[in-house]
Amino acid sequence: MIIKHDVIIVGAGLAGLRAALEASRNYDVAVLSKIFPTRSHSGAAQGGIAASLGNVEEDHIDWHFFDTVKGSDYLGDQDAIEYLVNDAHPAIYELEHMGVPFSRTPDGKINQRKFGGHTRNYGEAPVLRACFAADRTGHMILHTLYDQCIKNNVRFYPEFYMTDLIVKDNIARGLIAYDMTGGQMVTFHAKAIMFGTGGYGRAFKITSNAHANTGDGLGVVLRAGLALEDLEFVQFHPTGVYRYGILVSEGARGEGAYLLNNAGERFMQRYAPKLMELAPRDLTSRSIQTEIDEGRGINGESYVYLDLRHLGEAKITERLPEIRSFCRKIIGIDPVKEPIPIQPTAHYSMGGIPVTVDAEVLADGKSQKVEGFYAAGECSCVSVHGANRLGTNSLLEAVVFGRRAGKSIVKFLTARGTEKPDLPTDQVEAAMNRIEKIKTNQGNEKVGKLRRELQETMMAKVGVFRDEKSLKEALEKVKELEKRFEGVQIDDKGWKFNTDLTEALELDNLLHFAELIVSGALNRLESRGAQYRRDYPKRDDENWLKHTIAIKKDGKIIFDYKPVVITKFPPKERKY
Amino acid sequence: MIQVKLKVFRFNPEDSQQKPHFDEFTVEADPRDKVLDLLHRVKWERDGTLAFRRSCAHGICGSCAMKINGANMLACEANLKNFKDPTRITVEPLQSLPILKDLVVDLTDFFKKYEIVKPYLINRTPPPSRERLQSPDQRQLIDESTWCIQCASCTTSCPSNWKNPNFLGPAALLKSYRYTFDSRDEGAAERLQVIDNNDGVWRCHTIFNCVEACPKEINITWHISELKKKLVSREY
Repeated sequence: MIIKHDVIIVGAGLAGLRAALEASRNYDVAVLSKIFPTRSHSGAAQGGIAASLGNVEEDHIDWHFFDTVKGSDYLGDQDAIEYLVNDAHPAIYELEHMGVPFSRTPDGKINQRKFGGHTRNYGEAPVLRACFAADRTGHMILHTLYDQCIKNNVRFYPEFYMTDLIVKDNIARGLIAYDMTGGQMVTFHAKAIMFGTGGYGRAFKITSNAHANTGDGLGVVLRAGLALEDLEFVQFHPTGVYRYGILVSEGARGEGAYLLNNAGERFMQRYAPKLMELAPRDLTSRSIQTEIDEGRGINGESYVYLDLRHLGEAKITERLPEIRSFCRKIIGIDPVKEPIPIQPTAHYSMGGIPVTVDAEVLADGKSQKVEGFYAAGECSCVSVHGANRLGTNSLLEAVVFGRRAGKSIVKFLTARGTEKPDLPTDQVEAAMNRIEKIKTNQGNEKVGKLRRELQETMMAKVGVFRDEKSLKEALEKVKELEKRFEGVQIDDKGWKFNTDLTEALELDNLLHFAELIVSGALNRLESRGAQYRRDYPKRDDENWLKHTIAIKKDGKIIFDYKPVVITKFPPKERKY
Repeated sequence: MIQVKLKVFRFNPEDSQQKPHFDEFTVEADPRDKVLDLLHRVKWERDGTLAFRRSCAHGICGSCAMKINGANMLACEANLKNFKDPTRITVEPLQSLPILKDLVVDLTDFFKKYEIVKPYLINRTPPPSRERLQSPDQRQLIDESTWCIQCASCTTSCPSNWKNPNFLGPAALLKSYRYTFDSRDEGAAERLQVIDNNDGVWRCHTIFNCVEACPKEINITWHISELKKKLVSREY
């Protein structure tokens, strides 16, 4: 079966829906998602979305600009960051006009709270910049955007799992997807294709990410022979619930929560005396991990405490209700009465599909565009986050660059018409054959076991702290797992709602790009942002102030580099 | 560790020989485990054909609503130690919707009803250059209704919905409240028209099953009553 639309968007999180909304004003838009749109993981974002609105206290676009650059450890591209902080204002007012129920100030404006790394006057002290809706900010924006898409007659294909992208001669032509409820393979044919496919936290054992976050877009892009950028930069969020990895928003620390070690000490004073608990995530995660590694975890175990008790029940109920709710239900503690045991948790991918500031995908990561192919949000690398993302800048990126992608698509279709390029049948067949092979393959390996081994390896050896030995071991293991994947046999041979099949395809993607995460980390001989090498503990601007570009060719990874765009803030030593 | 006898509803649409039935698995579990952990253990270690939905695993995405020991809940939040007898767990798909496979139900009708109630802000006044103002009290009026995660626990637990499948159901009506009572909305008249009939609010007989079923602890029946009051007062 072939389904045709002017525009096909894969992924129904904030980036995908925002782009769909923009493009559906002029063109016929379809959104594919492997889960129902409102299940997308954008909805799990808690704390806020950044914009220097100055609703509560003085703030400036330029301060937000500087903080994002400094937060990125100077690897962020400043032309893109300038769009991020400038577009933040109209993008958030538009969300409000669509009906997003933001929390309000007494005079009725959008309320704002503090967040890590966001400061007044270029680093002086934390500033109230994160627009929020209690601790359900992502949920509120996701549902509002979905509602607006219904109003705009966007066509949804829920529970369609994209397996491959069809590109030829640098022109995007279509997609192959598995229709889970219909129990069939489907070909989508379009003039413009956009990915908003999200991150890959599920490559790690402890993660804040949903089971769905397997970075499928990245695997698909690699398989299509296109480049990926800066994959070695993986953000570990400082406060994941111990053993579960569930996110406790930085908003908790923004409201005043403390980090405590086994001596009851607010240990952040030794690492970031000025910003304390509101230091950026890379630094805070390293501080927590150091406390744990040096034996100052609670009861000598691998966790420290996040203490909200002094905030009082009223404030916790008003500002952090969802956190209180899942703490009580899932881990069985009430943060009003007890501190929350936390550990760093794999959270966000700074790297991804290389794109221009107009969300156009770059085949070689540098200058060669793929006609009609766009990407935005976590799956992309524009790069506004550089080596480390600031909290609340991800929802902002998804909305701002989703919006830009939508406008970009409209411009492209207006100039070039909607007549679709030819679909090369050999590529469609090859994609179908891959599915058939995985479905019918015989062997002794199981998806669940291989995935667990991958997740354990990535957590232990490619985590907050890295070194040559651990990375080499990890690389060997990932290659071994890739080989063993060829012997995977799944139990479910049917076509209807075969999640045994989708989990195998997800693992195939995870393994495919995990090798790039590890090799990239091994290749980069410095410490910058979220990439910390014990054997190279210093940032090395002379040799490494550049983006990594990686392509997989005949099973081999080829590295290339591109310079960082620096327009206003030259690299300086980074202290908080 | 405890041994849990996990009974799971099974239905395979592609196997005409096999009738819907229950499979029983004995699963080793930590008392702190959730029912979702047990389902994963079965799927990943014993029987890969088992089908169920899940994603976020902490109660915000709404994927894993199912009937557990007779009550609708999210499998990711269903803590073993909260059950009277955590060694006997029975898992079934949500009631009253067509079953696609095992624990997976067809949600097409559920989302169609959602779309019918005009689930979006209607406002024809050109917006200001900044945000529209909304007082904390006005915001508070819709707060609870915005917590909904569309998990379908409420609608599939509603006896009025079992009896009359055309009933819009609590989830869709809650959404109607969410926009109708938003101080920024100007669409009350057209939105209320859709629910002012026997398949709309008047089919709700305040049975409160939805309230009991809601994993986000939303008092849905109260919200539906507010819609009824608004309709009889004609103040819109």
